[in-house]
Amino acid sequence: MDITQESGKETRPQWDNKIQYLLTCIGFAVGVGNLWRFPYLCQIYGGGAFLIPYLIALVFEGLPLLYLELAIGQRMRLGSTGVWYSISPLLGGVGIASMIVSFLVSLFYNTLLAWILWYFFHSFQDPLPWSTCPLNQNRTGFNEECEKSTSVNYFWYRETLNITTNIETSGTIQWTVVLCLASAWCIVYICFIKGIQSMGKAVYVTATFPYLVLTIFLIRALTLPGAVDGIKYLFTPEWEILMNPQVWLDAATQIFFSLSVAFGGLIAFSSYTEEKNNCERDALLVGIINSATSLYGSIPIFSILGFKATSAYNLCKDRNILALTNHFDFPDQNITRDNYDYWINHFNQTHPDSISGLNLRPCDLQAFLKQSASGTGLAFIVFTEAVIEMPGSQIWAVLFFIMLFSLGLSSMFGNIQGVLTPISDLKMLPKWIPDELVTGLLCIVSFLVALIFALGSGNYWLEVFNAYVGSVPLLIIAFFELVGVIYVRGMKRFSDDILFMTGKRPNIFWKACWMVISPLMLLAVLIAYVVLQAAKRPTYPSWDPSYESFPDTKTLEYPDWVFAIIILLCVVPIVSIPIVALHRLIRGGIRRSSPRSELSAYSNGGFDAEYRPNKT
Amino acid sequence: MLEKLLILLFASNVLAQVCMPDAPEAYKVRLSIKTALGDQAYTWNDNELYLFRATLAFAMRNYLSGQLFDVSNILVCNETERVSFWFMVKSVTNPTTLIEKQHVENAIKESRHRINSAFLLTDQTLEFLGILPTLASPFVPATPPWLIAFGVVMGVVGAGIVYFLVAAVVQRKRKKTLDEEEEAKGATENEIAGENLDGIYNTSFSDDEKVTEM
Repeated sequence: MDITQESGKETRPQWDNKIQYLLTCIGFAVGVGNLWRFPYLCQIYGGGAFLIPYLIALVFEGLPLLYLELAIGQRMRLGSTGVWYSISPLLGGVGIASMIVSFLVSLFYNTLLAWILWYFFHSFQDPLPWSTCPLNQNRTGFNEECEKSTSVNYFWYRETLNITTNIETSGTIQWTVVLCLASAWCIVYICFIKGIQSMGKAVYVTATFPYLVLTIFLIRALTLPGAVDGIKYLFTPEWEILMNPQVWLDAATQIFFSLSVAFGGLIAFSSYTEEKNNCERDALLVGIINSATSLYGSIPIFSILGFKATSAYNLCKDRNILALTNHFDFPDQNITRDNYDYWINHFNQTHPDSISGLNLRPCDLQAFLKQSASGTGLAFIVFTEAVIEMPGSQIWAVLFFIMLFSLGLSSMFGNIQGVLTPISDLKMLPKWIPDELVTGLLCIVSFLVALIFALGSGNYWLEVFNAYVGSVPLLIIAFFELVGVIYVRGMKRFSDDILFMTGKRPNIFWKACWMVISPLMLLAVLIAYVVLQAAKRPTYPSWDPSYESFPDTKTLEYPDWVFAIIILLCVVPIVSIPIVALHRLIRGGIRRSSPRSELSAYSNGGFDAEYRPNKT
Repeated sequence: MLEKLLILLFASNVLAQVCMPDAPEAYKVRLSIKTALGDQAYTWNDNELYLFRATLAFAMRNYLSGQLFDVSNILVCNETERVSFWFMVKSVTNPTTLIEKQHVENAIKESRHRINSAFLLTDQTLEFLGILPTLASPFVPATPPWLIAFGVVMGVVGAGIVYFLVAAVVQRKRKKTLDEEEEAKGATENEIAGENLDGIYNTSFSDDEKVTEM
């Protein structure tokens, strides 16, 4: 086990078995985004046609990056900071950038889990609390804000978030959200309490349970009326949409963020595995399972959305039928949903004036199907609305939120590991502090910082973090990773590493991708992303009950100070790369001796992988 | 002259007994029997109308106690196929006057549930146009159920954290005492070995000495 390690080093923790390692990587890659971002993209980008840019991005960008990270972590047997420092001291900042990004992402990601917990706790009631509006103060009717929007919207925006009207108004801290946030961080802590030993056991449940629930939902959803309409709508390809470059950009970014590369978590996970492990197969498995999960999950999601659209369509029809029946005093149920169209045409010809006086809403199934949502909107508004109509709502709600929670929790593991492993590798803290305490401190600090998301304006801040922390910095880090391994370490040396680990050199496909295709794609995506973001002043939708066209959201521009914070969030992780490089250059210039010449008499062969902190 | 007066009186009497839609004291009723009952819907006929008038009389009796309303006090007109019709309530004490809308409304509101049940309908399928159904106040349990779920989950998690931390501390203490014991043992062993050095006891084959293996 320790043949190639220094005898002076402590034994590195190890996975109990291969399955644990694979499940952890899959769990990290498969997150809530697979369920609530991918189906949305499929829907707005022409259904089945979107799969083409998506699969191309997976094969030429996602899989090579994944393979690279798993291989380099497994070879160097260090976390992200150690790996990049070993490849070249000038690149040490890449690891620190990964660590900062992992920390920032874990802050807002756990807030999502807190909200999911909130909904989970509320699913144990009959009737579900988001199905009815509360009464107003004099009990003559329903609450005004709830009447104008829907009860589901009201429950999300008012009772869960108590959202303010814009990002500048902070509002008060919602103690209910604080409680849920504390629970979420406690659950993360208990899974990490023994490091990867406890996390590896937790992952057996958190990585497999979502698949079980997805299958149950698939069976249930396919039997709902209107499910087939939803699936047809999802997968009907619109080929002309492939001409739009935005589609390709979104496919590339979706694959990139979906696989969770550049966080440092994957490098940390693979550093705990055996040295001679077939990481090529692991990378292929993780990448393909991630995309397959996205596809598999979109089927029940869209069946349920089709069901919801059909319910809304039927409700619209019923309302119109009632209006017509009452106006013309037809016998009850003479006009049914089936002969509705005939009667509408008949009335339009015979009594056009009275029809227009009735203000009938046009009922179009396609229009209802087009109402799309992604992110928290899909889970907390669209899905909860659909669940009310399903028989046995509580069970479905509970199952859905547990599934979302375990998906998010297994992704949180990767984020937290991306922070913990560098901390232990960099030896930033004295040795006598036990690991449990370090993990606990990290959880407490993260919880305290994440309290900003518990303010009234918390949701707006979360959108800021979501859009800007988890995008441009990751692209830049991934680009440096590719360049660092392939060009600084060298393709030849990396091939030798892979030969050592897997028993064969990487074939021409991998080489071509690593050397040419993936860096070019990353560069193109990065430039396109920055250009598109910089083209217009960023705006955000705000929930304002006093807005004239409420319940539509009001589009506001970010104020200047928030814009400055956005720039900071993009820049701070990245700035460590040039800072560390400069620091090394200056230090290297002052002291001519390079750390590589300090050969220890007891080390043999493995001195490449050796990481000597603070020796220069 | 007298005949004209008599005719006028008679006419007004008759007029007072004729139900008119849109009259200030009239209410429109709308029933949606097929929507409510589906296959088990009954057909609306005169007997059902009689039952309706009887239940309305019942409601009026309950509201204005003492006044014995009868079926003949409830006037119905303008029946349609929908099924909908207008009705007015004649006063018991003075057969020429009609009961005001407000009283009729209150009477119906009080006995709404009984009227609905007589026809196996609900507030939405037996509509009195102009009389809004009173909203049921939502059931608010003493402890919010979500706090119970939260308490259970946090209790389990908290207990787990405490258990693991205590186990870790105990394990660390045990390891420390074991290390100390081993060190102490090792020292005495050396002493004994040094004292009893004879040709028989070969220390290089002792396997509890801390000698690095070659």
